[in-house]
Amino acid sequence: MTTHDDVVEERRNFLYIATGAAGVVAAGAAAWPLIDQMNPSKDVLALSSIEVDLSKIPLGQNAVFLWRGNPVFVRHRTEAEIAEARAGDTADLADPEKDEDRVQKPEWLIISAVCTHLGCVPLEHHGDFDGWLCPCHGSHYDISGRVTKGPAPLNLPVVPYEFLDDSTVRIG
Amino acid sequence: MASENKFEPTNPTLKWIEDRLPLMGLIYNSIGGGYNVPRNLNYWWNFGVLAGFMMVVQIVTGIILAMHYIPNIDLAFDSVQHIKRDVNYGWLLQAIHANGASMFFIVVYVHILRGFYFGSYKAPREILWFLGIIIYLIMMATGFMGYVLPWGQMSFWGAKVITNLFSVFDFIPFIGDGIVNWLWGGFSVGQPTLNRFFSLHYLLPFVLVGVVILHVWALHIPGSTNPLGIDAKGKHDKIPFHPYYTAKDAFGLGVFIIFFAAFVFYIPDFLGHPDNYIKANPLVTPTHIVPEWYYLPFYAILRAIDNKLIGVLAMFSSILIMFAMPWLDGARVRSMRFRPLSRFFFWLFVANGIFLGYLGQRAPDDILWFGLVATSYAQMATFFYFAYFLIIMPLVSRMETTKPVPTSIAAAVLEANKKG
Repeated sequence: MTTHDDVVEERRNFLYIATGAAGVVAAGAAAWPLIDQMNPSKDVLALSSIEVDLSKIPLGQNAVFLWRGNPVFVRHRTEAEIAEARAGDTADLADPEKDEDRVQKPEWLIISAVCTHLGCVPLEHHGDFDGWLCPCHGSHYDISGRVTKGPAPLNLPVVPYEFLDDSTVRIG
Repeated sequence: MASENKFEPTNPTLKWIEDRLPLMGLIYNSIGGGYNVPRNLNYWWNFGVLAGFMMVVQIVTGIILAMHYIPNIDLAFDSVQHIKRDVNYGWLLQAIHANGASMFFIVVYVHILRGFYFGSYKAPREILWFLGIIIYLIMMATGFMGYVLPWGQMSFWGAKVITNLFSVFDFIPFIGDGIVNWLWGGFSVGQPTLNRFFSLHYLLPFVLVGVVILHVWALHIPGSTNPLGIDAKGKHDKIPFHPYYTAKDAFGLGVFIIFFAAFVFYIPDFLGHPDNYIKANPLVTPTHIVPEWYYLPFYAILRAIDNKLIGVLAMFSSILIMFAMPWLDGARVRSMRFRPLSRFFFWLFVANGIFLGYLGQRAPDDILWFGLVATSYAQMATFFYFAYFLIIMPLVSRMETTKPVPTSIAAAVLEANKKG
C-alpha cells in the first residue's frame, strides 16, 4: 500500500536525480568552452594551401616544403626507384599499401615528412630501404614512404594535392 | 604526530595573534620544536628539505624570468639571450633556473630511492607515498614544458616527440583523432603551443606547492620513518625537529648549495645540449634527439619496445607502477638494513636505472658491446626494471629471512654508542 511517506520519498528521490542530472549537464556545458579553446583556432584552420614548382626539383632529389606548420616531402623518383617501390608492394609491410595508390604520377611522391611514430622529420637517402630513416627512434621507410622497420605504426601519409599543370602542384 | 611540546608564546601581542590565528603554532608543530622526530635520522633524510628548497628557488627565479621572457615563436629564443646578456644578473638567474631543474630532480631521485631503501612506502605511509609520486609527475610535466620555452631545436623537437606520445590514443573514438591537435592548438607545435606551455609552466609549480603541503601534512600523521624502520615508541626515541634537524638540514643545505653553485658558476651548460643554442626549425630534426638527463631512463624504456602503443604504455607504467609498491612489497620489516637480499636487488635496480639512462642518450642503432645495439640492451634493462617490481619485489620480500630488528630506536642508538 502506498503511504503518504512513500510518495514524499519518491518525489524527493526524483528531485535529487533531476537536480543532479541538470547540474551535470550544466557543468559539462560550462566546461566545454574551457576545453575547446585549446583546439586549433579559425585562423589556424584557414591556413592556405601552397603551390610547388616541380621544375626546380632534379631527378632523384628530395625537396622539403612547409605546409600547415609541418614539412612535406616532394620526391622526384627515378625509373629505378619507381621499380623498387613497385617491387616493395609484395613485401611484408606493417601498413600494407600499393605504391600506385600512393602517387598520382609515379615519378612524384608527395608525402607528409612527419614520422608516424613521434613526429620527427626522417632523413632522405638514409636507412636500409633506400628511402628515409627517422633519426629519433630508428624507423625506416622505403622509397614509397612505407614503414619497413622500426617502431612507426603507419606509412608516411600522402598529403592532399593536385597537379595544376605538368610542373606545378598545389598541396592542401 | 600530536605535539608533546605545546607552542605557548609569552609575548602578549604574539599570544593575541596566536589565539585568533594559530599560524605560528602550525609552523612550530610542523618544522619547529613541536615536531618530534626519530633521533636516528641520517643524511638521506635531508633530501626532502632540499627538494622543498629547490621548489622555492625555482619558483622565485621563474617568476623573475617571466618578467623578461616573451612567449612568442619569433621572439622567445632571442628573449632568452636577452636575459642572459642584457638583463642585470639575468645570466645568474637564468643559470640558476636552468640548472635548478636538474638539481631539483637530483634531490628528488635521492629522496625517492631513500623511500625505496628504507621502506617509506609501507603502511601506514601509503598516501604519503602516493602524494610523492603525484609530485614527481607534476615535476616531470613542469620540467618538460619549461624546457620548451627557450624555443631552441631541442625545445621544439622535444615538444613534438613528447606531445606525439599522446597520438597513440587515436584508437579512442571521438577524442583520439584530434588529441594532439588539441594539445598543440594547430597541426604542429607552434605559437599556440608555446603560449599555453608558458601559461601551464607558470601554473603547475603552484599546484605542486599545494600537493607538497598535503605531502607534509600526510608525513606528520605517522611522523618520519627512520633508518631502522621500526616505529618510534616513546619519548626517548625522539628529539624535537628544532634545533636538532634544522641544524642538520642547514649543514646539508650548505653542502648542497656548493654543489649547485659549481654548476651555475663553472659549468652552466654542462647538463644542456648544444642544439638548443640553435633556434627552433620545424623543417630540420636534429640528428640526435635526447631529452634532459632526468628523463633518459624512461626514454630508453620507450625506445626499447618496437611497438608505438606498447612503448608509450610501458613508459607511463614504469612510473605508475610505484603506486603498487606498498602491496608488491610484502615484507614485515621496512628497512633494507635487515633485508640483505632485498638490498642486493635494490642496488641492482639503481645500477639498472643508471644503465637505462646511459642507453637513453645513445642512438638506438649504436653497436655497444658483443655486437649488440643499444636497443637490445635497453630491452634487457627494461625487462629487469619491470621484473624488479613484478617478480623480485613480491617474491623476495615474502620469502627472505630478515635479520633481527632492534627492540627500540633508543636501544639501537645506545648500543651503537657503546661500541663506538
